[in-house]
Amino acid sequence: MIKDDHQSALLDVRGLTKSFGGVRALKGVDLSIAPGEVHVILGQNGAGKSTLIKTLAGVYTPDAGEIRWQGEPITIANPVAALDLGIATMYQELDVVDGLSIAENIFLGHEIESAGFTRTGKANKAARQLLARLGHGDLSPSREVGSLSPANKQIVSMARALSRNTRLIIMDEPSAVLDSEEVKNLFRVVRELTAAGIAVVYISHRLEEIREIGDRISVIKDGRSTANGLAVAGTPTRELIRLMTGRELENDFPPATPVAAGAPVLLEVENLGVRGEFEGVSFSVRAGEVVGLAGLVGSGRSEILEAIYGARKPTSGSVTLDGRRLSPGSVRDAVNHGMGLSPEERKSQGLLLGEPIYQNITLSSFGRFARFSFLGERAERTAAREQIAALELRPSDPDRLAGTLSGGNQQKILLARWLVHGTKVLLLDEPTRGVDVGARAEIYALIRRLSAAGTAIVIVSSEIEEVLGLADRALVIAEGKVLASVNASEISEHDVLDLVMEGSAA
Amino acid sequence: MSEQTPGGESQVPSAQPLTPVATEPEAAPDGGADARAGLLSRFMGSSAGRNLGLIIALGVLCAIGAITAGERFTDVGNILTIVRYASIIGVLSIGMTFVIIGGGIDLSVGSVLGLASVVATLTAVQTFAEVSWLLMVLVAVLVGVIAGIINGVVISYGNVVAFMATLAMLVASRGFAEILSNRSTQIVRSQDFIEFFRSDFVGIPVLIWIFIVVAALGWVLLNRTTFGRRTVAIGGNREAARLAGLQVRRHTMYLYALSGLTAGIAGVMMMGRTNVGTSTHGLLYELDAIAAVVVGGTLLIGGRGTIVGTVFGVLIFATLTNVFTQNNLNTSVQAVAKGVIIVLAVLLQQRFAARTKRR
Repeated sequence: MIKDDHQSALLDVRGLTKSFGGVRALKGVDLSIAPGEVHVILGQNGAGKSTLIKTLAGVYTPDAGEIRWQGEPITIANPVAALDLGIATMYQELDVVDGLSIAENIFLGHEIESAGFTRTGKANKAARQLLARLGHGDLSPSREVGSLSPANKQIVSMARALSRNTRLIIMDEPSAVLDSEEVKNLFRVVRELTAAGIAVVYISHRLEEIREIGDRISVIKDGRSTANGLAVAGTPTRELIRLMTGRELENDFPPATPVAAGAPVLLEVENLGVRGEFEGVSFSVRAGEVVGLAGLVGSGRSEILEAIYGARKPTSGSVTLDGRRLSPGSVRDAVNHGMGLSPEERKSQGLLLGEPIYQNITLSSFGRFARFSFLGERAERTAAREQIAALELRPSDPDRLAGTLSGGNQQKILLARWLVHGTKVLLLDEPTRGVDVGARAEIYALIRRLSAAGTAIVIVSSEIEEVLGLADRALVIAEGKVLASVNASEISEHDVLDLVMEGSAA
Repeated sequence: MSEQTPGGESQVPSAQPLTPVATEPEAAPDGGADARAGLLSRFMGSSAGRNLGLIIALGVLCAIGAITAGERFTDVGNILTIVRYASIIGVLSIGMTFVIIGGGIDLSVGSVLGLASVVATLTAVQTFAEVSWLLMVLVAVLVGVIAGIINGVVISYGNVVAFMATLAMLVASRGFAEILSNRSTQIVRSQDFIEFFRSDFVGIPVLIWIFIVVAALGWVLLNRTTFGRRTVAIGGNREAARLAGLQVRRHTMYLYALSGLTAGIAGVMMMGRTNVGTSTHGLLYELDAIAAVVVGGTLLIGGRGTIVGTVFGVLIFATLTNVFTQNNLNTSVQAVAKGVIIVLAVLLQQRFAARTKRR
């Protein structure tokens, strides 16, 4: 069966690996695409989907692994080579040139020309035919692309793919920019393409869409294939989520200390909303309590945290910290009054990778160690050393650069930053993403210790098990709405998923 | 602050190894590579090592000067001429270093220098300044700071790209200087002012002293104060700095105000050297300053750079000019050599930046 697959496959990938510096983005990905199918690739943010796509598009060269195209082993040296083979890619951030016309965009890189002069009339005519084929004969080929809606830009991008002899189109989250009517049109176009024998690789994490359009599914988790070519029809959603989030590693969550009966409310979120992202979020967190936000990627979890913190300006509602109403959209105000955020993207949002550990730890508080604005580096190092010892951060040298540390230790730097600063309310966004199992347990223990010491904690994680294991109370979120607020010990992961699925479908 | 002046000169190179911003990241996170890297790369990774290239470049230039021009080059008077020549661009470059480390750019400094000299030499100002010529100095510095604040506000709060905002200031302040001066050169009337800038202190001209003091204060500000730490943090990772609670906008504005301040000081120095104020003062100085900063190892993407490197960058260009002049080579040849040096420095820098990014 697998052998057959191997023979008849349009594209066959085995054991693909790719590293960037010390980070292994792909650790062994298998993929087999048949002609005329819609093959869905599922995976969480950071699972390696983008790296995989870019490798197939010739943007990256793989370190190891085999790629076969119609049975022949090949190397895809650059994007032009991919296009020449017949592999076209529609990136999420649409790669159209705003200042050029629709026809110019479609034939970008392979202009219709004679003797070096572009043949505008001929190109426009050819473009019109392609657009008509995509159900958009109404678009004028001479119109400037910058004036188009995202949906129409996508049509242009697709027409460009078809303008070459394309056998495989990779679509990276094509529905992300579309409304439901436009999604229908997209699906119609996809069906037409596949009917003509063109294969479509469809990337999405909207499970309901996958059911509608997909033929087979491959799942990637942490750079590795966890499923290859499952039939969409025969695979339950729960199974897909299991493959995507990975449950084979059971985590042990340290027991929680019950929240004291008279514990004061430290964080009060009332009717908070950011237009277009989420709305009507209300909850409160008491000293020593851990509240978890559970939901899938894109449900609005991170946005809620950012709005509470002031990193995103809310359009409605209020945040009260230990009895003080925070000025909306001011990180400074939140930090000054004792709130801290450990952001989702540690490297790009949290750390100064080229600076030493101690300066990263004191980033929010170095002013306090200074005298008349002169830095107190000795005191900073001492404070950092204390945290390094308390959190068992390795390496223990405060002068080592943050960029050289592992994910778990980088996470500890962020926790240490807020410990030094002295926060009452700690917001943790994906505190264990990219953290190995051993360090995970340490971070769980740390979160427990912090809450036992009276810190109010709000935690967001893609791993529902983690939210339920750590939190006293869980808010289930889908599509920017809070669906339920439940006692974490009284709800199972499956219940949460059922809630999320219902919420997403509605 | 002024009592730091005598110590400032020796303090700069000796204290430099402590500076946190100059430590080069170790390339690989795995321990094996660290061990193999050994002493040599450890040294090359330290700030002394990173400045070694600059020291060698300056040394080679001096050797060429000594060989080709002999005593004419090695003469103490000539050395002082080199540094004196470098001092005005040098002061501009110190402010520019902060702006660039903070992730920005300031194209307006040359024009602001000119505007400051014009405003300070206006008849009205000079009449008032008869009481004390320090008033004239104050006015020039104030003009620089105000121009810098305008840059900063437009960039930070107006969200205008630094390149465009300061380009606009470059054009506008030059024009404003022409309007105010009616395109005529205005002579400094205060004899005390002229005398002061003609004088020496411990055998070293006042202009050089100003450069030394500004550079020393700049070094302290960058390496020893919260202001410097904020600058490096914001230039290194703007988003992380913001989420850590730093006031990124306000600080960015301060950086341009600081650059304006050094432009004002440079304007005073220019008046001191030429005894006139004119709208053509400081023409294209912004490019010399940026070149010196970049050759000195400051990354144009921000987050990394040193005052010592900038001082070397300034001295390298000044020495180059002197060696060419001593050998009666024309300025066109000199310009070509400058261009080559800039490209080489940026090429080296990109290799470094690529290594930093991969982590």
